[in-house]
Amino acid sequence: MFEFCADPSQLSGLTWLSCYLTTGTHFNFYWSFLTVLMLLAVTAPVALAFGFGGAMAARSPLLPVSWIGKGYIAAVRGVPDIVYFLFFVIALDQGIEWTKHLFVCEDLSQPVWNGTEFRVCPEAKVPLAASSAIWHSAYAFATAVFTFALVFGAFAANVLYGAMQAVPRAQLETAEAYGMTPRQVFRRVLVPQMWVFALPGLSNLWLILIKATPLLFLLGIQDIVYWARELGSAKTSGNNPYPHGDWRVFYFLALLVFYLAFTRVSEVFLARLTRRLSHGQATLGGEQLRKAGA
Amino acid sequence: MEPMTCLETIQAYGLRSLGIGERLLPRSDFTLCQHFTLIGSGLIWNIYFGVLALFFGFFLANALALAKAAQTPWLRKPAEWFIFVFRGSPLFIQFFLAYELLVLLPKAGINVLGITIETSWTTRAWAGALFVLFLNTAAYSAEIFYGALKSVPKGDVEAADAYGITGWSRFRRVLWPTMLRLGWPAYTNEAIFLFHATTLVFFSGFPAFQQKGDALYYANYFADKTFNPFIPYPIVGFYFICLTLLLIWVFGLINRRLNRHLPSNMRGRIRLRPQVIR
Repeated sequence: MFEFCADPSQLSGLTWLSCYLTTGTHFNFYWSFLTVLMLLAVTAPVALAFGFGGAMAARSPLLPVSWIGKGYIAAVRGVPDIVYFLFFVIALDQGIEWTKHLFVCEDLSQPVWNGTEFRVCPEAKVPLAASSAIWHSAYAFATAVFTFALVFGAFAANVLYGAMQAVPRAQLETAEAYGMTPRQVFRRVLVPQMWVFALPGLSNLWLILIKATPLLFLLGIQDIVYWARELGSAKTSGNNPYPHGDWRVFYFLALLVFYLAFTRVSEVFLARLTRRLSHGQATLGGEQLRKAGA
Repeated sequence: MEPMTCLETIQAYGLRSLGIGERLLPRSDFTLCQHFTLIGSGLIWNIYFGVLALFFGFFLANALALAKAAQTPWLRKPAEWFIFVFRGSPLFIQFFLAYELLVLLPKAGINVLGITIETSWTTRAWAGALFVLFLNTAAYSAEIFYGALKSVPKGDVEAADAYGITGWSRFRRVLWPTMLRLGWPAYTNEAIFLFHATTLVFFSGFPAFQQKGDALYYANYFADKTFNPFIPYPIVGFYFICLTLLLIWVFGLINRRLNRHLPSNMRGRIRLRPQVIR
């Protein structure tokens, strides 16, 4: 990157380090932080939407719909989530390819699951073997996001379901007394008021989601853990311009600091948001704010 | 080769995760019995990690909670930092970091006062991963106990003062039992959560020597070999649900004992609320 980096073997000290930290592979490492942030940015709203759907389904007066909602919430809890991560990534992939297989393949006589093989015709592969590498990584990322959203959606559904139940009954009854339809009560009274009850659970979930991102590595994404292992491992072969010993410990230390800082910033931000949302609410927090203001 | 009966499979693979029995894992014609046996055999490691980390972690957590509640910053600050570091970072990263740190220990052993202490065993999962889980659960539990300690009713402490119970005996006889009682439901969730976290061990740096792994390790092995995730992973799920129910039962018994002096309508109920990843 810098001009003086042309011959690394002549460098020492800080200049060596500045060249070492600006190599192309290191930029891949820095970009992978963006991958993690992007995953969080995409997953959080999708998981919230899944959670909202799940909570609404669980509250539904129709029994089967309510069972689906409650089943969704219950199924993801009680089992280690890493099991779901490992499971869904293959299951989703196979589900998509199998569905495509039914439509595009000519010869459907062979079983798809055959002994130790999962075989669909080449046209049913997702993405197609011929498509460019970008599509392969985009597809892997999309399945990862979907898996994260599915698992965290169940937890969000649980939080939102609890929050909807926590909205004082009298509020809803008053709305009904004013002649609002159930849909209006839900949209105008229940949803605006439930957020303050949901926030502690959702902030907790956000912190857990941050701490779950290293599991991307297990889903085969080239994330920060992948690059930390790649870059940190001993480079002693002759043609490597920047030979060094086993430095993985420093790379993981950097990741640890990254996560601690991220957690801390999130905590401060969420504390502010809680304060903001408690304003004017008939809760202990809201009451304290009112007294402090008076 | 003759296909094995299920009993033979259990004899061959029931203790495979400890290195006892058949050395080679099944490679083809996987049966449901093999799935259940091998994954169940791996569960031994999950129980080993969970039980020991929980046991040792309990004592450290109590000490940490007290240190965090202490007046002097010399005790409070280190405890706060310890809890922040272990609760604020992913367990996955902690495993990786601990493994790389332990690998850096001198291979020949450390010489302490003329006695050479072996270091190679620390990089093995049974020791290294257990140590990380122990510190991790101690930090999470310490936060729970600290919160419980802060919510011990004022009247209890005043009553103890009125009776002239002070110092250590006030802690042992008044504060500590109440702290445990108040923190117990949350601690139950932490225990469930810890057992779930043990599945991360063999996916995070610590190698499984001679394919001696935990339940998820074997499930992953089957899924890789058969390309069929729909059998091994639900089996892991089934085992963990059983484990979770067992845990709730045991912790419920302790909870009953901790609350035995209260009228029945004031007793805290344990609600199943396991969290996701740490």
